[in-house]
Amino acid sequence: MRHLSKYRRHRFAGPMLLLFALFMIGTTYSVANATPKLSTNSFAKTTAIDEGRQIFLRGCSSCHGLNAEGGSIAPSLIGVGAASVDFQVGTGRMPMADMSQQAMRKKPLYTPEEVAALAVYVASLAPGPAIPTEAVVEYARDGNTAEGGELFRSNCAMCHNFAGQGGALSRGKYAPSLMDSTPVQIYEAMITGPQSMPVFSDKVVTPEEKLSIIKWIVSAQNEPNLGGASMGRTGPVSEGLLIWTLGIGLLIGISVWLATKAR
Amino acid sequence: MKKSEKVVGTVANYVDERTGAAKWLKKNLNKVFPDHWSFMLGEIALYSFVILLLTGVFLTFWFDPSQREVLYNGSYEPLSGIKMSAAYASTLDISFDVRGGLLMRQIHHWAALLFMVAIVAHLMRVFFTGAFRKPREFNWILGIGLLTLGIVEGFLGYSLPDDLLSGTGIRIAEAIIQSIPVVGSYLAFFAFGGPFPGEAFIPRIFTVHVLLLPGIFLALITAHLMLVWYQKHTQYPGPGRTEKNVVGYPLMPVYMAKAGGFFFIVFGVTAFIAAVASINPIWLYGPYTPAQISAGSQPDWYMGWLDGLVRMAPPWESYIFGHTISWNILIPGLIVPGILFTAMALYPFIESWLTGDKREHHILDRPRNAPTRTAIGAMSLTFILVTLMTGGNDLLATHFSLTINQITWASRIGVFVLPPLAFVITKRLCLSLQRADRDLILHGRETGRLVRLPHGEFVEVHEPLSAEKAYTLASHEQIPALDLPLEDGAGVRRPKALRAKLRARMSAAVTEQIPKPTSEDLKEIEHH
Repeated sequence: MRHLSKYRRHRFAGPMLLLFALFMIGTTYSVANATPKLSTNSFAKTTAIDEGRQIFLRGCSSCHGLNAEGGSIAPSLIGVGAASVDFQVGTGRMPMADMSQQAMRKKPLYTPEEVAALAVYVASLAPGPAIPTEAVVEYARDGNTAEGGELFRSNCAMCHNFAGQGGALSRGKYAPSLMDSTPVQIYEAMITGPQSMPVFSDKVVTPEEKLSIIKWIVSAQNEPNLGGASMGRTGPVSEGLLIWTLGIGLLIGISVWLATKAR
Repeated sequence: MKKSEKVVGTVANYVDERTGAAKWLKKNLNKVFPDHWSFMLGEIALYSFVILLLTGVFLTFWFDPSQREVLYNGSYEPLSGIKMSAAYASTLDISFDVRGGLLMRQIHHWAALLFMVAIVAHLMRVFFTGAFRKPREFNWILGIGLLTLGIVEGFLGYSLPDDLLSGTGIRIAEAIIQSIPVVGSYLAFFAFGGPFPGEAFIPRIFTVHVLLLPGIFLALITAHLMLVWYQKHTQYPGPGRTEKNVVGYPLMPVYMAKAGGFFFIVFGVTAFIAAVASINPIWLYGPYTPAQISAGSQPDWYMGWLDGLVRMAPPWESYIFGHTISWNILIPGLIVPGILFTAMALYPFIESWLTGDKREHHILDRPRNAPTRTAIGAMSLTFILVTLMTGGNDLLATHFSLTINQITWASRIGVFVLPPLAFVITKRLCLSLQRADRDLILHGRETGRLVRLPHGEFVEVHEPLSAEKAYTLASHEQIPALDLPLEDGAGVRRPKALRAKLRARMSAAVTEQIPKPTSEDLKEIEHH
């Protein structure tokens, strides 16, 4: 604090303080204003919100704050939308198992109904991306696999690898494998940008293009091993490992056997 | 004499009277080769080269080395209608629309990996046994040349299909060319016929890959084998084996059958791996465009150490006289490999300078009996292993839950610390093994049989070694350190005394040994 107090007579101190105060007032107002506006919905919705709020208070509020306003260790959830909740909680990433670099995909802790209630609650705080319905994610009908592959290689492969197997990012973060992701989850990830992933807005990647990408990923998930064992589809490292173990190992074994037989 | 024998005899006689082949054949077919599994590593390299030629010819029938843009209309659905180069499209056709094409491609690529593995394994055998010593220094240099060309040839083959991975490799090759101070940009323009990627590079490297380098390979391999033939093969120490003889089996019929059979074994193993394990699935990588990149883009293993060096290099760059010098590429991409390969090629001369040993050697060393050489080998392998693992740093990070940043720092420190550590540990291990050998010769083998002597003492019975075994363990000679006089007879310092002092110190380190038992030692033991 002494460091800060040095500047208390600085000529910009007054304007800065004013800006800060305005910002705080605005934020507080929007938070306070958000809840009552959405609780004017139908009775069923209100029960879902209440149910979601109860789950939130029990399982999430210790990090995300009692009103989802966020804290020092977790971001605010106001305005992240239902899609974000469905993705993070539905894939088991949230609640986090530990405070590691990145939440990993694991068995979901909540039932689909509980996830839906949580999503309704968080969506009630402020508007955000909604969960895409099955009608939106009609990838099989509206997508184009080859075009999706091009888009995937241009936008996704640099982190998720050429075959969607995932890859490393800096400081222990990583782009996860997409082999277990469902079409809806992929769509949600693109519109919400979870963790290190950027948001691919509809201006950058149009909804039709998103469906093409999903169609390509689904085809990659079902890609047959055309040339024999795929060895992880991570490139030449596993190939090098195989030739240095099985390949030369077999041949040296045979060489030893040949040289022994001659005696 | 049977009729058929008579016919064969007449034909052979006809040929012999006109060519004189019988005498030459008799001499050469009776040539003796020693027998040891480690002598077959070079054979594996030779046979994988033959496999590469055979499968490579097959691939050229359908491969179109052109960067002309085409629309893909082949069998692989996820790429249909995509714009790509003719090179990539024809590689897809080989994989999916040519009968047996994918298998041939996979045999070709696996054989290429095996070729390099066998060369490196053969190199290790030659190094650790001291087979490079006089008179084989030239053959050692030829081998280093073959290794270097193998890396280049493999890289060009990896680059030809023009998929996303190979394009990424070419991009890095371009960066390495550009990093050469002053002339780099011009050289890159020259190689690519204009700005990257252009349309000239793939046709050019195709010619180099299928014509120029295989031709040089054939010539060098022939010279390599002719020198082996002329200088005779080395052999491991043992009773009856001297610097003047070769103990083994004649070429005809034993080695003809063995080598011929071994070729088919190598071909069989390669074909087996190619049939069950996918390699370079180019259809998954997609066509190359400079705007795209995949996570985890790695070169084939024999380039992995180079990639690792580049990955661990700190981002150093300087701007001098209007030229940018990218030390971060120049040092790991050109300077370090240049130093490594030069040192490797010169090693036989360096060692003989330090030991003062200028005699011919046909009996191989057991690695423990040349502790410093073995330690240098272990040090080099550790260096390569650290850099190779760094080449796969992103896969290490994802598969072992590490962070790239930790791996980068671990490798930056490890590449300086671990090789010297390996040197010290290996040298001490070798000296310990020498001590064990000494004990074995002097005291014999421990039988585990305890005997109580009449006065109550317990002793373990040691069984003396057989004469053959003892000879094998003790037949090597131990070269003393160089004794270089620093002053002349009148006590005046010689010119170049500093150099002589350095050489003497290094020589003392190189020749450090545990004295092997002398005949006096043995007599004294027997006296007890």
